[in-house]
Amino acid sequence: MLYREAGQFKTNYRADMAVFPILQDRIGVFLILLVAFAVIPFVGSNFFLHAIMIPFLIFALATIGLNILTGYTGLLSLGTGGFMGVGAYACYKLATVFPEVHILVWVVASGFVSAAVGVVFGLPSLRIKGFYLAVATLASQFFLSWCFIRIPWLVNYNVSNAIEVPRRSLFGIAVTGPDATPQARYLVVLTVVVAMTWIASNLVRGRIGRMWMAVRDMDIAAELMGIRLLNTKLLAFAVSSFYCGVAGALLVFLYYGSAEATAFSINQSFAVLSMVIIGGLGSLVGSFMGAALIFTLPILLPHIMAALGIPIQSATAEQISFMVVGALIIFFLIVEPHGLARLWQIAKQKLRVWPYPY
Amino acid sequence: MRAPDDTTIKAGQTLLSVEDVSLSFGGVKAIRGVSFDIKKGEIRAIIGPNGAGKTSMLNVINGFYHPQEGQITFKGVKRRKMRPHDAATGGIARTFQNVALFRSMTTLDNIMAGRTLKMHSNFFWQLWRYGPAEREEIEHRHKVEEIIDFLEIEHIRRVPVGRLPYGLQKRVELGRALAMEPELLLLDEPMAGMNLEEKEDMCRYIIDVNNHFGTTIALIEHDMGVVMDLANRVVVLDYGQKIADGTPDEVKANQAVIDAYLGVAH
Amino acid sequence: MLCVKPYGMLCKIFVVPFYEMWDLPDIFVQTLWEGLVGGTLYSLIALGFVLVFKASGVFNFAQGIMVVFAALSLVGLHSIGVPAFLALILAAGIMFVLAYSVERVVLRPLVNQPDIILFMATFGLTYFLIGLGELIFGGDPKVMITKQLYIPTGALSFDFGGGRVELQKLDITAMVVASVMVAGLAVFFSKTRIGRALRAVADSHKAALSVGISLNQIWVIVWFAAGLVALVTGIMWGARSEVSFALEIIALKALPVLILGGFTSIPGAIVGGLIIGIGEKVGEIYWGPLLGGGIESWLAYMIALAFLLFRPQGLFGEKIIERI
Repeated sequence: MLYREAGQFKTNYRADMAVFPILQDRIGVFLILLVAFAVIPFVGSNFFLHAIMIPFLIFALATIGLNILTGYTGLLSLGTGGFMGVGAYACYKLATVFPEVHILVWVVASGFVSAAVGVVFGLPSLRIKGFYLAVATLASQFFLSWCFIRIPWLVNYNVSNAIEVPRRSLFGIAVTGPDATPQARYLVVLTVVVAMTWIASNLVRGRIGRMWMAVRDMDIAAELMGIRLLNTKLLAFAVSSFYCGVAGALLVFLYYGSAEATAFSINQSFAVLSMVIIGGLGSLVGSFMGAALIFTLPILLPHIMAALGIPIQSATAEQISFMVVGALIIFFLIVEPHGLARLWQIAKQKLRVWPYPY
Repeated sequence: MRAPDDTTIKAGQTLLSVEDVSLSFGGVKAIRGVSFDIKKGEIRAIIGPNGAGKTSMLNVINGFYHPQEGQITFKGVKRRKMRPHDAATGGIARTFQNVALFRSMTTLDNIMAGRTLKMHSNFFWQLWRYGPAEREEIEHRHKVEEIIDFLEIEHIRRVPVGRLPYGLQKRVELGRALAMEPELLLLDEPMAGMNLEEKEDMCRYIIDVNNHFGTTIALIEHDMGVVMDLANRVVVLDYGQKIADGTPDEVKANQAVIDAYLGVAH
Repeated sequence: MLCVKPYGMLCKIFVVPFYEMWDLPDIFVQTLWEGLVGGTLYSLIALGFVLVFKASGVFNFAQGIMVVFAALSLVGLHSIGVPAFLALILAAGIMFVLAYSVERVVLRPLVNQPDIILFMATFGLTYFLIGLGELIFGGDPKVMITKQLYIPTGALSFDFGGGRVELQKLDITAMVVASVMVAGLAVFFSKTRIGRALRAVADSHKAALSVGISLNQIWVIVWFAAGLVALVTGIMWGARSEVSFALEIIALKALPVLILGGFTSIPGAIVGGLIIGIGEKVGEIYWGPLLGGGIESWLAYMIALAFLLFRPQGLFGEKIIERI
């Protein structure tokens, strides 16, 4: 009853093409943002902010990045971890070489570095397609991983061969380094993620998004319509790597605090890919849902099992969550290839016509 | 009902001509030394038995295949081969034999995608979907709605085209091609697999496009009734060679054409 | 030594390695041999991929974890007291159960879905098997039961070019087993009724269905065959190093092999595997030090990528004509 669009007539195309054409959606999004910005930081415990919300948001950002490439443009990538790493290492280098410049500037700049690297590794996509391209992205993943380990210059010749995040502050409040509070870090991450999600939504709904999807669905027809395939694919690589790079920089600076090369290994790529699949290919909302599910599952599983009266160890929980994620991926592909995002759509549709079946 | 008067077309300007085009794949010769022209404003049919090289010919015209020999003159510019992007910017649009729509996009998005080349707002504005980017979206949405109106597909505006029945998909594909505001429209078997009623609808759209927008049309079609009704001039291919060229009546009376269709030992 | 100042780097790249090969032929031969053996194992993994891809069009991402899983099953069964050869048979049985379950649970409901969906399903399968494997067998590396399976160990060595070249008996066995298996598969494909049906399915699912070939049966057979290949690979690889989940990542090296050889060609998988194996060993030994070492981790992919840019259809593939 609450979720009805009856009586909401759109009188111009501008209203018709809005992100949330239905009033209730607009209210819903407003409430979510209100809670995220004004309630969670003051109510949530440090554990909740630090161990759940911050990484969830960062992974959602990386998932959006991969979704732009794989979900919207149809280019399968197994190199997400490497591009996140480029962002992290670039941000570290920039922030330590020019300590006086604002840290958020460097977070964004590291996204551009990552985008440039992404374009270079995207170049083969002109000649090769499908699974062959996936192998090309594997090449980038292994090559970048190797660079992170073998080039000590990247970590300023630290003995630990790891990134050690320096202290930086924003408006006088520490946001990175050991003495930044979870609240401050959470708000920074949230702001960046919300802004970049909004930008992603602008891109995918406009001309560029249609070009990406056209290339994904039928590249030959797109080419004959005058869409330049290489430019379109490279743009997807660039934007996608930008998002992954920023996510990588945030991950190290505002979550891990320090990181070795293993943080950006191929397993990270696989984890983000599974978030994309479970959330739904080609959906921004799905990216959040997928990241939430995959990230929180191993954390919540012991609690759930304990509540059911079956206490398990955390190692076992991790193994079981691997199985659950694998099974869920297969389940979703069979039942609903468009993932959680489509389930959400169906739920909304049901709500619209409730109490009638259709 | 036929588009511009035949006599005016005979005298009209040539929009596109192919000269001595040959195309082969490895050892297989798909097209051998074919020449013909398409005049401004006409409906030009390309017919021939299966495997005669008709689709390959369209692919050569809009640059998907590059012929080994011959040249293509489009709007007065001579080329060894066409490139897809040049063809599209020059005003050549097409539909495909096996519908090549963007299956998971909606009807609206498919046709909007057809406007891509007409949209110019830069990446910066696209990021914020503000200013020029937003104005442009709205402006082109108006054009797209006109096409949707014209083709009577308002009811499927928001349906992903993969879910549409075949006849409607063909219509959406025509809409996507029209969105490019082409000067030359290439239609590859626009009526294949349709029932009589759908064929009549499609014929009417083709004639309307030709009449109202003055679009030149080149079409491949197997239904002879349709071809004889619609076309101003017909070119007949067989085994990659041109065997006849002329008005429908001339072609109908041509002995080589009759042989090709009835089957005479080569 | 031979490099003059202004051309130092060029010389180190283009002259020194070849000079070393010529100067110390024993080390060169040893390197080639190591590469050949590594390549054989890549070929075996690639073979598993090709079998499944040919018959079901599925890009089986899970082949690597199947190798790990098969080897773990074998070692695990033996560790609870099952005699080695019975354990071998039981492990094969487990691979059959896996093939059957995959067909029932994953492939059958997903028939006619786009390739990328099927790929992602095998990606999910990989996750599932990693979790299951660790849950049952634990995450620690295990020792392969080499002795109990009567696989010869020790080395043959002979003098060559002023040094000694050592050939591990284990490696020789691996090559013999691999050759026998490839020959067996070739005969199976060309001479048997099921083999013919497999080739028919590879060409067109629909046409094969229409002449009465049971797709489900064929899929179980190929996945089982891929499972057996995985078991053999797992034993050989396990015997050379150890049985651990790290193998699953190493198994990804089979992908550049597939790029070289083409996704559907068995000879391609073999030749591609050998090229990659030898290429990365020689590259690591002679050019690796210039870059600080460890280039083995990505060299295979770069070789494949460079190759792809010039010949997108692979070594044995035909030029693709795109139609519309």
